[in-house]
Amino acid sequence: MDDKNNGVSASTTSTQPLWLLAEITYQCPLQCAFCYNPTDFDKHTQNELDTDSWIKVLREARDLGAAQLGISGGEPLLRKDIEEIVTEASSLGYYSNLITSGAGMNEKRIDALKDGGLDHIQLSMHDITEEINNFITNTKTFKLKQKVAAMIKDRGYPMVLNVVMHRYNIDHIQEILEMAEGLGADYIELANTQYYGWSLVNRDQLMPKKEQVENALKVTNKFRERAGNKMKIFFVVPDYFDDRPKKCMNGWGEVFMIVTANGDVLPCHSARVIPNLEFPNVKDSPLKGAWYDSPAFNKFRGDDWMQEPCRSCSEKENDLGGCRCQALLLTGNAEGADPVCSKSPDRHIIDKAIKDSQNPGVEAKPIIFRTNANSKKIENGDEKDRLAKFHATP
Amino acid sequence: MTIEAKDIYKIAAHHRFQWEKAQDCYVILFPEGMVKLNGSAGEVLNLVNGESTVELITETLSKKFIDAPNISKDIIGMIELALDKAWIEKIN
Repeated sequence: MDDKNNGVSASTTSTQPLWLLAEITYQCPLQCAFCYNPTDFDKHTQNELDTDSWIKVLREARDLGAAQLGISGGEPLLRKDIEEIVTEASSLGYYSNLITSGAGMNEKRIDALKDGGLDHIQLSMHDITEEINNFITNTKTFKLKQKVAAMIKDRGYPMVLNVVMHRYNIDHIQEILEMAEGLGADYIELANTQYYGWSLVNRDQLMPKKEQVENALKVTNKFRERAGNKMKIFFVVPDYFDDRPKKCMNGWGEVFMIVTANGDVLPCHSARVIPNLEFPNVKDSPLKGAWYDSPAFNKFRGDDWMQEPCRSCSEKENDLGGCRCQALLLTGNAEGADPVCSKSPDRHIIDKAIKDSQNPGVEAKPIIFRTNANSKKIENGDEKDRLAKFHATP
Repeated sequence: MTIEAKDIYKIAAHHRFQWEKAQDCYVILFPEGMVKLNGSAGEVLNLVNGESTVELITETLSKKFIDAPNISKDIIGMIELALDKAWIEKIN
């Protein structure tokens, strides 16, 4: 931690990255309406890091202290070198996790991944009905997921299921939990949609009613009481319905480091939405410098950057002012309070979003699915009117 | 569950116990989680290997930390905690 930038500024943090998320490709055969990937992902599909670069990333992050590794995307299995990357991760001592939709998995690959030392697989599931699964992913993937779940169980992996919750599946939560139990899941994450990337574009079409969320939480707690500890259930509360923001990423540059398909090094998934912040790229700089010394990673560390009402707030340590990206996306000010907070002068933006999502006229607009073509359209400004509503950027 | 002297435990399935050089401590890793263990907790779990009885673990650590009073009570407490957290499993 004694690295210096030209002998001028020293590192301001004593933290270490414990979790490395490798967003190894933005290509994905699924087209989920709630994907948190950037809407302009299409521009990063031609300049993906090669295998050797990923191996270098794994080594450097491990030296910095990363022990948990998530291999994500897009759909990571679209890359042919996942087996090689997993084998390297295992020899370095990572606890590795493949985060997948199941597309691209087969008997041969799951065996190779097991031999390579992959520790677990997190499979996304969408609903108990084929209809909703296929609707929200805009693909016929229901049977595939059932098949891959059976493969995961058969190979003795811990079964970790992730279900993103939205208005179309939230009322099926009891049946979803029963399905997970039937599949022998060890963990299930019920992740209420957070609104970034594609899910922000489709927010009006995805957001459930407050009563639906409250009911889902009730059903989940009841299920927990009955099923006990055998299947661990994580219920990620949707922040819009809360009056305090989430402690996003457990703090900016505190424990998480993300390396994206094109090599950008980020403190959170959507950090690149914040203007005038230049993120390091592994092609130009070692991870150590990125973590400790880059202006981007130091920008929101600690609480010196805070404005009122956060700065003098007695609760500021609880949530560190919430999510910087959400503050930027919804208020145009990345340094302001997360507008979810009832103490934020911008809370009315959230209340309006909740109200809008229940407006039959708005809600009837078609979903914009996560496709390369739609990504190009957004990049070209074709969806400007629809996006302007969310992006308050000055 | 009462911990008996003849009990044998191992690190639970889907969990990994290892030394982390960068953190200078032992950790338990599992899906979606990582727990850093303090010095004495790490010493105890390092001996939970699917072979040693609780009695042997206590003996070994009593010899190693000869000045520590009440060490067997601390060791049992740590094993209870690890069992409660499902980091370890009883195998006999």
